[in-house]
Amino acid sequence: MTSRCSQEKNHAGDLACTCPEKQAGGLKPDFPLVGEVTSCCVSQPPVAGREHEKPGYHLWGFVDDFMDTPAGAVPRVHTRLNQEDNRGTLFARLGIGRDSYRIAPGLYAVGTPGEGSPVLVTANYKLTFDVLRSHLEGLDAWILVIDTNNINVWCAAGKGAFSSLEVAERVKIVALEKIVNHRRLVLPQLAATGVSARQVKTMCGFEVVWGPVHAKHIVPFLDAGTQTTPAMRRVTFTFKERVELIPVELYHVGKPSLYLLPALFLLSGLGSGIFSIGTAFSRGLPAILAYVLAVTSGAVLAPTLLPWLPGRAFAMKGAAIGAAAGALLSAVMAGRLAVLEMLALTLFMMALSSYLTMNFTGSTPYTSPTGVEKEMRKAIPAQALGALAALVLWVGTGFMR
Amino acid sequence: MERFRYLSNVTTLEYDEKLCVGCGSCETVSPHGVFAKNGRKVRVVDKDGCMECGACMLNCPTAAIRVTPGVGCAAYIISGWIHGKEKASCGGDGCC
Repeated sequence: MTSRCSQEKNHAGDLACTCPEKQAGGLKPDFPLVGEVTSCCVSQPPVAGREHEKPGYHLWGFVDDFMDTPAGAVPRVHTRLNQEDNRGTLFARLGIGRDSYRIAPGLYAVGTPGEGSPVLVTANYKLTFDVLRSHLEGLDAWILVIDTNNINVWCAAGKGAFSSLEVAERVKIVALEKIVNHRRLVLPQLAATGVSARQVKTMCGFEVVWGPVHAKHIVPFLDAGTQTTPAMRRVTFTFKERVELIPVELYHVGKPSLYLLPALFLLSGLGSGIFSIGTAFSRGLPAILAYVLAVTSGAVLAPTLLPWLPGRAFAMKGAAIGAAAGALLSAVMAGRLAVLEMLALTLFMMALSSYLTMNFTGSTPYTSPTGVEKEMRKAIPAQALGALAALVLWVGTGFMR
Repeated sequence: MERFRYLSNVTTLEYDEKLCVGCGSCETVSPHGVFAKNGRKVRVVDKDGCMECGACMLNCPTAAIRVTPGVGCAAYIISGWIHGKEKASCGGDGCC
């Protein structure tokens, strides 16, 4: 029996082939059937990893193949991010599935590293791993992924997950001494918050070389013989870096909104007739609009415009932009609300926006915990007072109608 | 970061120059360039730039630097006020 599939030679064993001959188990008469597809299988590119499949394991798309080393098979990863990676990044930034966005700790390879190639150490949060490898185009290196509980480098270092002990242990687990003939590890500078270079050397014999803060500087750093420029050793907080943090700030506002919005509606309807649905709508909608504007000010605009907002304290910056939003709302609502009502909404917006911006301090790379605590001791009473005054005014004006 | 300045005179950073042996580790690891080599010793050149991350203290071979690092997230600090520093937590939905 001759195969009618002209492509068959190119993809023997490819299970994606939908060629009717294959589906029929190879039993096919030597004459064409009416309505039969004559050119079938589109040639499929070889899917790397089909030969590396193991029952119960799902291979990551970033693995090209496996290298044989004196310490076992090491996955070689490619440096381009694919759809799966980009989708994962998007979800992580939105706060979805971050707790399970991890890769296995252990040794990986990029390019064709040998025993003299550098060892780059990183965290097992997949977003971190993706940022790292996407900047290693053209480099031959080993990547030692340590177990940081799928948290990024800096946060993990601060929490003790990216620790001297874990680095030393992982070096021993992967038997790194069999793979490289040097005894140097390149660690991201921000790991220094949790790693003592001297302790790592004592525990596993490898010397820590502090690499740059940003992955994009790793290749220039290595090319320059591990010499750094001052820029390589500084943390930045660019517009893009700030805006990337907004989705997660909004995510935190999600749940409280579920009970705040109905509460605003109900409070707006209180008056001398106890409760009026009509008033609940006519006052509730502006109140809800005030809430939305306050969230936009405190969680979206403040991070974006951070360096241009007044004051060094974040609560101040938030109150300022909240006041501007309040003025805007008042201008729009001038005919429909009394002056005291507009004042109530403005106070509410200032308090809420101030609180939200104050919370953003935890996401920045430059605020000190002592400073944040000092700021909070003054800001929270002010915010509480503002919110209380707003509440009293709002309900009070409901009775005055 | 010249553009971003936080509150002044709040950091708990303490540096004892007498203990310094000039290894330069602090200059290397500080994310905000708080330290700089000054001859055979190191000098604090931007104390208000310090964010209390603790990298300098951890990597100083002679314990010449002290700072109290901590979590700067507001929810964590509030939790510490209410439950005490030992039992403070962020709220546990895995934000960090």
